[in-house]
Amino acid sequence: MSLLELERVDKVFGGLAALKGVSFSVEKGSIFGLIGPNGAGKTTLFNVITGVYEPDGGSIRFRGRDIAGERPAVIAAGGIARTFQNIRLFRSMSVEQNVMVAGHHLHQSGMVDALLRTRRYYRDEARLEKKAHELLEVLGLGPLAAEPAGSLPYGSQRRLEIARALMLEPELLLLDEPAAGMNSQEAHELEHQLRFLRSELSLSLVLVEHNMSVVMNVCDFVHVVDHGETIGQGVPEQVKADPRVLAAYLGQEESVPA
Amino acid sequence: MSKSPTLRVVVVATLFVALFLAGVALRANVIEYVQRIVLLAGINIILAVGLNLINGTTGQFSLGHAGFMAIGAYAAAYVGVLLGPLVEGWCGPGLLADGLTLNLALVVGAFFSACAGLLIGIPSLRLRGDYLAVVTLGFGEIIRIVFTNAEFLGSATGYFGDEPAGLREYTSFFWVYVWALLVVVGLYNLTFSQMGRSLVAIREDEIAAEAIATPTTRLKVQAFVISAATAGIAGGLFAHMQAGIRPEDFRFEKSIDMLVMVIIGGLGSISGAVLGGIFVAVTLELMRDLAQYRLVIYALLLVVIMIVRPRGLLGTRELFDTWKKKSGPSQGSRA
Repeated sequence: MSLLELERVDKVFGGLAALKGVSFSVEKGSIFGLIGPNGAGKTTLFNVITGVYEPDGGSIRFRGRDIAGERPAVIAAGGIARTFQNIRLFRSMSVEQNVMVAGHHLHQSGMVDALLRTRRYYRDEARLEKKAHELLEVLGLGPLAAEPAGSLPYGSQRRLEIARALMLEPELLLLDEPAAGMNSQEAHELEHQLRFLRSELSLSLVLVEHNMSVVMNVCDFVHVVDHGETIGQGVPEQVKADPRVLAAYLGQEESVPA
Repeated sequence: MSKSPTLRVVVVATLFVALFLAGVALRANVIEYVQRIVLLAGINIILAVGLNLINGTTGQFSLGHAGFMAIGAYAAAYVGVLLGPLVEGWCGPGLLADGLTLNLALVVGAFFSACAGLLIGIPSLRLRGDYLAVVTLGFGEIIRIVFTNAEFLGSATGYFGDEPAGLREYTSFFWVYVWALLVVVGLYNLTFSQMGRSLVAIREDEIAAEAIATPTTRLKVQAFVISAATAGIAGGLFAHMQAGIRPEDFRFEKSIDMLVMVIIGGLGSISGAVLGGIFVAVTLELMRDLAQYRLVIYALLLVVIMIVRPRGLLGTRELFDTWKKKSGPSQGSRA
C-alpha cells in the first residue's frame, strides 16, 4: 500500500476543469516530484490533498484511509504538512513562535493550565521550545530564532515554512516551490536538506518545483501534469526524454532541460 | 509570573490587601465625583482588555460588545435585587453580604453574556471574513431593543429593582479592581500561551493556521465567548455602581467607546487596552459639557492617532516587553 494514493481526482472551478482524472501514488520514504507548466494544476492538487478544496470526483487515500473533503486542520493533524507557494508565515511573530505554534500535539495542557500557569503548562512550553529549536537548527535558522519572521530574507522565510510544517511531525510533507527565488548555491543546499529530511526524519516528500536541476537531482519519481491532466510520469531520466512532456513543458521538442 | 506556588500566594494576598487599603483611603480622602471616575476607569479596563482579545489578538471584529455588557448588566442587576435580601438574611448586613451578592450577580451576568456569545459566535465565526462585525452590529441593537421592551426589566425607563430594597450599589473600588486584576492577568496568561499564539496565527493568516492543524473555529469561538463574558462582568459592575440601568446606557456609541479604547492603546496589546480604558474614562468626564460632540472628537482623535501612531500607542507590543523578552513567548513586534 502506498502512503498517498490519488485516484481519478477531478476539480472544477465554474466552467474550468482544473483537474481531470489525475491519479498517482507516493511511496513511503520517496521524494516525489510534481511538475508542469504554470497553471497546470499543481497547486490545485496540493490544495485538494490538504483539504483547502474538496475534490469534485475521485478519491484521495492517505495510509489507506479516504481523506477527500476533510477539513485542512484534520488532515494536517493526521500527518500531511505543507508549505505555500506564496509564503504564508505569521509575520509579526518571531521565528521561534512561528514554529512553536504548530506544536499543538506536543501541548497537552489546556486553558486552565495556561490561566494558572501550572507546572504542566511550563513543562509543555519547554517541550515546545526545545523541539522548535531543534528544527530551526536543522534548517540553519537557529541564530534567527528571536527575529520577527517578516524581516527574514526570502530564502530563510521558505526554510522557516518548512520548519513550521515539520513541527507537526508529519509523515508526508508537501513543498510548493521550495527553491523559488533561491540562487544555485541555496538551491544546492536545499537539495541536501531535503535528502536529510528523508533519511533522518523518515519523511516522504512531494515537491512542486520549477527548478529542473533540483527536481532531477533529488526526486525518485516525477509526475507531469498539464491543463489538469497527467501527461507523463516515471523516473527523472524517463521524463526528461518523454517527447510529450518536452512539448508541453518547453513548447518545442528540440531543447533538453538542463 | 513566578513559578513558585508559595510566592504566588504571597503576591496575590499582598495585592488584595493593597487594593482593600487603597479602596478605604480613596473613600475617605477623595470626593465622590472622582471616586466614580476611578470606578469607571476600572470597568473600562475590563471592557477594553476583554474586547482586545477578540478584536486585537484574534483579529475578528466585534462591533456589538455593548450588547454583551447590557446582558451582563441586566442579569447581574436582576440577580442582585433577588439575592441581596436573601444573602443579608443569611449572614447579616455588611461588607461580606455585599461582596457575596455582588460576586454571585457578576458570575451570573458573565454566564448569560457568555451564552449569548456562544450563540452569536458559532454561526458567524465558522466562516472566514467579516461576518462577525455585521452580526454583532445587529446583535447589539437587537439586545437594546429587547431590554427597551422587556416590562419586567423596566422597559425604556430602566431597571431600578423592586421595592423595598431595589437595586443597590454593591460595586466598590476593591471589587472593581479585583476583577480588573483577574481579567488582565487571566487574559495576559491566555494570550501568552499556546492558545494566544494560535489566536495571533489566525489573525495573521487563517489559511496557514489551518494548515498547521489549528482548530480555528473552536479557538475563535472560545476567544469570543471569553470576551463576551468579560463584557458581562463589566456590565454587572456598572449596574451595581448606581441605582439603575437604562437601555440607553448600552447604545451603539458604547460599543464605539470600547473600540476607541482598544484602538488608542494599540490593537493586540493588553497594556495598551488598559491605558486606553483609563484614557477614555477620563476624557469622557472632561468632555461632559461637550457630550453631543463626542463622536466628532473621537473621530478627530482617531484620525490623529492613525497619522501619528498608526498601530495605536503601543502597537501589538506590551509595556513591559523589554525586560521579559527572553523569558516568555512574546508575540514580537510587527516588522
